[in-house]
Amino acid sequence: MSTANTENIDFEPPAPWLTPSRRKALIAAVFVAVIAAWQLVVSALGISHLIFPGPAGVARSIYDVFQSGEVWPHLWVTLYEILAGFALGAFAGFLLGALIGQSALLELVLYPYVVAFQTVPKVAVAPLFVLWFGFDTTSKVVITATIVFFPVLANTIVGLRSAPRDQIDLMRAFTASSWHVFRMVRLPHALPYVFAGLDIGIVLAVIGAIVGEFVGAQAGLGYLILQRNFSMDAAGMFAILIVLSAIGIVLHGLMKAIARRVVFWADAFTDLSRGT
Amino acid sequence: MNAIVQFPPRRTTLQEASGAVPALRFEGLHKTFRSKDGADVVALHDVSFSVERGEFVTVVGPSGCGKSTLLRILAGLERASRGTVELGGRRHTGPSRDVGVVFQAPVLLPWRNILDNVLVPAQIQGRDPKVARERALHYLHLVGLAGFETKYPGELSGGMQQRVGIARALVNDPMLLLMDEPFGALDAMTRETMNVELLKLRERTGATIMLVTHSIPEAVFLGDRVIVMSPRPGRVTKVIDVDLPAARTLELINTERFGSHVRDIRTNLNASGGLDG
Repeated sequence: MSTANTENIDFEPPAPWLTPSRRKALIAAVFVAVIAAWQLVVSALGISHLIFPGPAGVARSIYDVFQSGEVWPHLWVTLYEILAGFALGAFAGFLLGALIGQSALLELVLYPYVVAFQTVPKVAVAPLFVLWFGFDTTSKVVITATIVFFPVLANTIVGLRSAPRDQIDLMRAFTASSWHVFRMVRLPHALPYVFAGLDIGIVLAVIGAIVGEFVGAQAGLGYLILQRNFSMDAAGMFAILIVLSAIGIVLHGLMKAIARRVVFWADAFTDLSRGT
Repeated sequence: MNAIVQFPPRRTTLQEASGAVPALRFEGLHKTFRSKDGADVVALHDVSFSVERGEFVTVVGPSGCGKSTLLRILAGLERASRGTVELGGRRHTGPSRDVGVVFQAPVLLPWRNILDNVLVPAQIQGRDPKVARERALHYLHLVGLAGFETKYPGELSGGMQQRVGIARALVNDPMLLLMDEPFGALDAMTRETMNVELLKLRERTGATIMLVTHSIPEAVFLGDRVIVMSPRPGRVTKVIDVDLPAARTLELINTERFGSHVRDIRTNLNASGGLDG
């Protein structure tokens, strides 16, 4: 273990009996248990499938929505909103974070506004964005971007300031300019933090897109949920929610995979993502 | 590996060419810090010295004697409150291309492999990449890390990481190598090995070295001359010429002459209220 990593928190190692194959079996067993408990509660309490559908009903609904192909156009719209909003918000968050992270003065002047902006619930301003940018995807992209913005910004600032004093001193002793120090030390040091922010951001982006669609939309998975709500199709709503969760899980997994490759030296990613 | 490529030579003055100018000279260095409660703390008081070309000078003293502050001033990382520093006869206040630095922690960049870490100073100073690469490989070979070029710092032991740090400091062929307790974080055995290897490296490169340590035996073992410093305020209390053979081995530590140097320094430190030893 390198000395540079000694301040990293060590997580409790997995128990020795938990071999990879047993771990997989455990994950599968918990999944089956959750589904079984769900079915058990629904049938034991005799809840109407109109209010709380059982897993079988939901599974059929998922099958139907893919079988009929109804889900695809909505899925593409929402995915576009998520990715475009994420890209926009992440880019803006990183850029402003890089500026603020470099200058204590900028932080003093700008950060109060950033915090004030973050404190405003995005759900509350979503109708405004729809008013400004219309009912199509643009307003959803903007709402998503505002949600992704802050975690990326905050992590970038912290990351840029995390470079050890010693390392910066050494660079300066080798006659490095501040640009050298930024590019060769501060920025790479910030990357694991930036990726932590991006990982939070990509999951929040899913929420952002749906919030936007709830306010007013003509397409998208959020629109589909509302539509099924109006027609009292609880199982259909569950099906879309599960599709949304799947999108979130896939995007989160992609983000982790990218992070592991790009910031391969940062232990946190390899340690935390073990077994996922 | 013998014919090591050189970067284009720096401009040399006539004095320099005649060898009359010491590699490093500092005179009347004072450093005063303002502590948190507003009181002035004198870290260095009127410190002067001159290091000849190819000389190995060690600085020894208890913590708080200002030896690290002295080194930081020489590296251009801090400014002296008063006094002058000359490198090869030229005044110098900030960081210099002619100085290589090694700290106690190796502070390697974990996202760069070993070779790319050694190349950092060359890249900062915009040296010819091909020449720099060859020189980096040469110095990695000299510090015993040939074959480790594509490994990452996390895969190396503390001692090996510090060797990388030394190769990195040498890659630009500096006029002066400054080392601040470079082996302080290593275990005693590794430390002794590194000392022997540092002397070999110095013999092969002819580097001018100034090394700060709080270990008296290390100071005697490595130094041609030892600067003894005392704390509050930090000042030079004695300079000792170490009359030991140039080719030094660890057996030397057990000789009477080595012991007398160590005793000499310890007595001096105790007399100035320095330490325990």
